[in-house]
Amino acid sequence: MAKEKFEDALEKLEQIVREMEAGDLPLDAALKSFEEGIRLIRFCSAKLEETQRRVELLLEKENSLQTRTFQDGQEDETG
Amino acid sequence: MKNVLTVSQLNDNIKTFLEEAFGILWVEGEVSNLRRPQSGHVYFTLKDDKSQIRAVYFRPYGVRAVKFDLEDGLKILCRARLSAYPPRGEYQLIVESVEPQGVGALQKAFEQLKARLAAEGLFDASLKKPLPFLPRRIGVITSPTGAVIRDILNITRRRFPCVNLLIAPARVQGAEAAGEIIAALRRLHAWGDVDVIIIARGGGSLEDLAPFNDETLAREIRRSTIPVVSAVGHETDYTICDFVADLRAPTPSAAAELVVPRKIELQETLHDLYRRLLASQNRCLALQRERLHSLAARFKDPRRYLADYAIHVDDLRERLKRALAHRTEAVAGRLKPLEARLRGADPRRRIREHSLLLAGLEKNLRGGWNRFLLERSERLKKNAALLSSLSPLAVLQRGYSITRRLPEGEIVRDAKLLTPGNRLDIQVALGRIEARVEKIK
Repeated sequence: MAKEKFEDALEKLEQIVREMEAGDLPLDAALKSFEEGIRLIRFCSAKLEETQRRVELLLEKENSLQTRTFQDGQEDETG
Repeated sequence: MKNVLTVSQLNDNIKTFLEEAFGILWVEGEVSNLRRPQSGHVYFTLKDDKSQIRAVYFRPYGVRAVKFDLEDGLKILCRARLSAYPPRGEYQLIVESVEPQGVGALQKAFEQLKARLAAEGLFDASLKKPLPFLPRRIGVITSPTGAVIRDILNITRRRFPCVNLLIAPARVQGAEAAGEIIAALRRLHAWGDVDVIIIARGGGSLEDLAPFNDETLAREIRRSTIPVVSAVGHETDYTICDFVADLRAPTPSAAAELVVPRKIELQETLHDLYRRLLASQNRCLALQRERLHSLAARFKDPRRYLADYAIHVDDLRERLKRALAHRTEAVAGRLKPLEARLRGADPRRRIREHSLLLAGLEKNLRGGWNRFLLERSERLKKNAALLSSLSPLAVLQRGYSITRRLPEGEIVRDAKLLTPGNRLDIQVALGRIEARVEKIK
């Protein structure tokens, strides 16, 4: 679950919503689907809100790879 | 004293002199009189508007070193040695490598490489890897300075602030660029943890974009296990990289847009799904609640049915009684006229009437009978008198007898048919005699 991908989660969520909208689920299954749907929505929202953006440089020094924070300083901050 | 040389000696000296005096040369010119004999070596004349020189391009150098096929009319830059061919007394360039020179040659080289790689299937749609929906980390191969990387940083941040970028710096112009881009690709693969790679460069001339038409780079991109987006030059520039990559973006900015979805759109999608999920959940619950209510309404204490049944039974009993009474009356009503009719048809009256009739008939019958008897007895008397005159008994009266053999009783008409000892019955007028035959005469 830790490696669950946003795209897969979104796809699963869409399927659950379609099934529930079709309305032929028994109550138990509908309740379970609803809970799973809510969990997926929370998961996806959390994924979208991961705000730490990292921009790094990948360099090779003395035959080994290393990363270094990229500092450009000219990035347009007005968005 | 004359220093006399043979032709061979002279040519050999010239050859040695030429080779030592000129060393390695860079010569540019236009190809003409191209010949390609069976050996695979290439012979041609390199010329400019005033002069020309013979050249040969030996196959052992050629196979990989030549990035494109030579053709008449192409402008090239050759790395070559100057040498002589003594048997013919001709001097010529021994070409070691060839670079296309000028737009026409570059374009030709590009077309040739493109056709060759396409024929190999390197651009097949089936080889294109799909891009990740939401990359966590994007590898970017480009120059770490300049407008291209700034555009990519700005656009990705604007669309989706939390996407990480890993920049693998590489020169994107000049002779070393292709090699550096290949090295950057390998670094990103070795490091891993990137979901997609953008190879980016701003616009430029055909010469500027030459590194992106490098065959080795094209093959390296095709080998990549990570999806590669090629974003080289302007919208109208096409490079071999564009064809071999999993996706071609018209510009570096467009690449950033293609690779990174808009966060706001995803949030809207999520929100819409949330609303739909909630709505269907509510609808589902409402439906079940409604079913429950309807069932509860139909569900009753069975004791209530008992009272209902008791009333029903009473009701039925009453109706049964009434029906029975009604039925009895009806039957009685039908019986009365029948009784009257029955009484009217009393047989004793008919018996009386009939016995009177009978008595009359009896009287008539007796009268008739007596008259009948009288008439008959008189006719009998008359007939008896007639009969007695014909009767054999009357004959017996006159002394005849009738003899019968016993025990059969047959009348004896021939004495010869009898034997002594036979018993006989003899009938006479009055009585019968039993006799035995003594003798036949």
